[in-house]
Amino acid sequence: MRPAAPIIAGESLRIVRGGAFILDVPYLEVREGEVLSLIGPNGSGKTSLLLTLAHLATPFEGVVFFAGRRVGADCPVLEYRRALAMAFQEPLLFDTSVSENVASGLRIRGLKRSVISDRVAEYLDLFGISHLRNRSARSLSGGEAQRTNLARAFATKPRAIFLDEPFASLDPGSREPLIDDIQRVLEKTKTTTLLVTHDLMEALRLSDRIAVMGRGRIHQIDTPDEVMNRPVDETVAAFVSAGTVLAGLVIEKRRDTFVVAVNSEEIESAGAFGVGESVGLYIRPENVTLSIGLNAVGQKRVTGARNVFPATIVRIMPLGFYEKVLLDCGFPLVSYVTHQSRKALELREGQRVSASFEATAIHVIARGRREPPEPSSC
Amino acid sequence: MSSARKALPVVLALAALIALTGSARGAPAQKEIILATTTSTQDSGLLDVLIPIFEKKTGYFVKTIAVGSGQAMAMGARGEADVLLAHSPDAEEKFVAGGYGINRRLVMHNDFVILGPGSDPARIKGLKSGLEAFRLIAGAQALFMSRGDNSGTDAREKSLWKAAAISPQGQKWYLETGLGMGQTLNVASEKKAYVLSDRGTYLALKKTLGLDILTEGDAILLNIYHVMEVNPSKWPKVNAAGARAFADFMVSPETQGVIKAFGVDKYGAPLFFPDAGKNVDTLGK
Amino acid sequence: MELIFEGIRKALWLLATLDPEVMGITLLSLKVSGVATLVSLVTGIPVGAALALSRFPGRQIAVGLVNTGMGLPPVVVGLFISILLWRNGPLGFLGMLYTPAAMIIAQTVIAAPIVMGITLAAMQQLPKKLRLQILALGATRLQVVWILIREARLPLLAAVMAGFGGVISEVGASIMVGGNIKGYSRVLTTATVMETSRGNFATAIALGIILLLLVYAVNLVLTHVQQRERPQ
Repeated sequence: MRPAAPIIAGESLRIVRGGAFILDVPYLEVREGEVLSLIGPNGSGKTSLLLTLAHLATPFEGVVFFAGRRVGADCPVLEYRRALAMAFQEPLLFDTSVSENVASGLRIRGLKRSVISDRVAEYLDLFGISHLRNRSARSLSGGEAQRTNLARAFATKPRAIFLDEPFASLDPGSREPLIDDIQRVLEKTKTTTLLVTHDLMEALRLSDRIAVMGRGRIHQIDTPDEVMNRPVDETVAAFVSAGTVLAGLVIEKRRDTFVVAVNSEEIESAGAFGVGESVGLYIRPENVTLSIGLNAVGQKRVTGARNVFPATIVRIMPLGFYEKVLLDCGFPLVSYVTHQSRKALELREGQRVSASFEATAIHVIARGRREPPEPSSC
Repeated sequence: MSSARKALPVVLALAALIALTGSARGAPAQKEIILATTTSTQDSGLLDVLIPIFEKKTGYFVKTIAVGSGQAMAMGARGEADVLLAHSPDAEEKFVAGGYGINRRLVMHNDFVILGPGSDPARIKGLKSGLEAFRLIAGAQALFMSRGDNSGTDAREKSLWKAAAISPQGQKWYLETGLGMGQTLNVASEKKAYVLSDRGTYLALKKTLGLDILTEGDAILLNIYHVMEVNPSKWPKVNAAGARAFADFMVSPETQGVIKAFGVDKYGAPLFFPDAGKNVDTLGK
Repeated sequence: MELIFEGIRKALWLLATLDPEVMGITLLSLKVSGVATLVSLVTGIPVGAALALSRFPGRQIAVGLVNTGMGLPPVVVGLFISILLWRNGPLGFLGMLYTPAAMIIAQTVIAAPIVMGITLAAMQQLPKKLRLQILALGATRLQVVWILIREARLPLLAAVMAGFGGVISEVGASIMVGGNIKGYSRVLTTATVMETSRGNFATAIALGIILLLLVYAVNLVLTHVQQRERPQ
């Protein structure tokens, strides 16, 4: 895979407060055209990292590079800030009309009036708020306000855009359409994006790479696939969901279901996706059933599940009320079993079992028409 | 930015307003005189007639600061006024004795009258003696309104009480307003009280008051005006030439003539009696 | 009651005949208080904004001073300024006592802390992250301050009205430093006091009514500007 050039890079970024490290990142790069998500629990330093990279958090130690130039030295801070755009969780709109808000970044840069009005019209349209152009920012709903906020940020045609949990305070009804629209805009404009979110689904859906943070440090930075399925340590594993996340390509469409190719296996899922679409599959561990002594056909008949795979137990981890079983079916799979079940089935690492889950138990995420990320790339 | 464009007309309007009203008439320092006088003098309206005549004649710009008699003297004592026109002879004598004032000259007089309600509970109507009237009022414990503001009128009133050997302060029939003459008269009229007033203010407000002149004419009720220049050797910054010019003007025959005629057409009687050049002891006899 | 009606009649008469003395007094009131308000805006808004947006040692004390200044009794201001401007006082060489200029100075000293205090409060009311957002939009430091002031424009217009209202109705300082000199430093408030002390209550009421009308007219204009700023 051709590694893209880093457009923004941060070196030795550190913030100390009250004797503790709020942020401690030796190196991070954001590549041109990519969507990089920063995820992690509250207080993990995601927003601090975002603000530091944007040269907005002071004081901080370390250096930020923009297209190879040092910000604050070869590259004036103002020039850097004008090449960036940021949108926060709160819309922070100005007390004026929607179109004036969208124009504000352009006015700050002193662009010509005709350029401004064209650009404003274009981005109002892109975010579906043209009909709101003359409305007062105060009268907007949460979703409309956030659209205005994003239109304002994108309208300056930034080299990179930083988003700090932009969908967090929206209700699900406004969120989904907006995430769709953002996805479209990102694909269309190929804008380099740094996205901070605590919502895993969002990160998986939109990102090329995910950085998992904890206590000011980056624990892992990798493709979503790697992060989800091969967490490097407890912090990452504890944050990313305990379930199975897979990525695949739809290869067949059936009446109520479709078939997804994952690695060299095929998984059938309920839903209506077209051939060639790239999807993410999420399977909750509770929905994965294990049995021994039955072959695939036998298990199919007994459970009625569509998806049955021979699997090898990779690891068993006790987790309080139940136990977490990591399996290898040609793709990684996670299952929960009770203590009693484990004892009854005499499960142990290395054992061969049969794992099954329903076609309806799969949560499917559309990933657009992009190529699925290749395994183990960084 | 568009909001700057919106603010512009407001700023322009304000600038136009300032330019339009023009700079207020100011004069170079040597052409300015600060005249400290009392509120009752100013309220009589005499100065509104005299000052323009003086200004036109000499080109000086007179800043008339009308305050209580006490404050006027204090201003002179600090060199913050150039010339004083006052009617508190005792205080004035101390002022001159202290070296603060020079060229104290008699200008005019008017008189005080003792006013009261028509019902006259203390029965002072027609008395020739001001002290006797005051004694009767105290004896009857009739309501009396005092200015209590350290003005010339107030000083006179207090000296009368002292001469009559009476201490009215704190007694329930003796009220102090701390206000100017006109206001005090109104309050006295409302409360049907006795009050000591200068004739001028009374005449000006007679129509709206329910008070009558009950005692008048006693020499002790004379209100004598002197003009004094502030001593330039004590306060070099005073406009000595201007002060002298004003004082000379006040005692000049033409001015004295204006003083004599003042108020006659409006009130039917003069408010002031010109006395320049006379011996003060000859007044009122 | 009769007196108030008489006062109203007199006020209408003075206005209808454009009585020159009253017109002069009114215009002077407007000019003195207008200039004082303008100067206090030009000084007060930047200072208030700076206090709101910056952190420096002693900031607490500065804010405390501003808040105290908002409650300064005008008469005390007048007393101190007149002492300074006395001929034999430290600033006596300026020769400014008993002039409209001195009144403007006194009124500015009264109004400026009010404007500073309200600006400070208004700017502190703005969302904390707004400044970051404006910086993120690529604004220079100056642009940031300008945009923040614009965002707080509704309460700032209230500051203008408060400052103007406070000084046009002020009388203690105006008498002390102005001297209430006829045709020169006499304004509506000082003339009202004088007419009252003379016992000319109807005239005093008339002047009071004219003052109220003046204040109302100015506030009408300012309120119109303030409310016009809102799109639906």
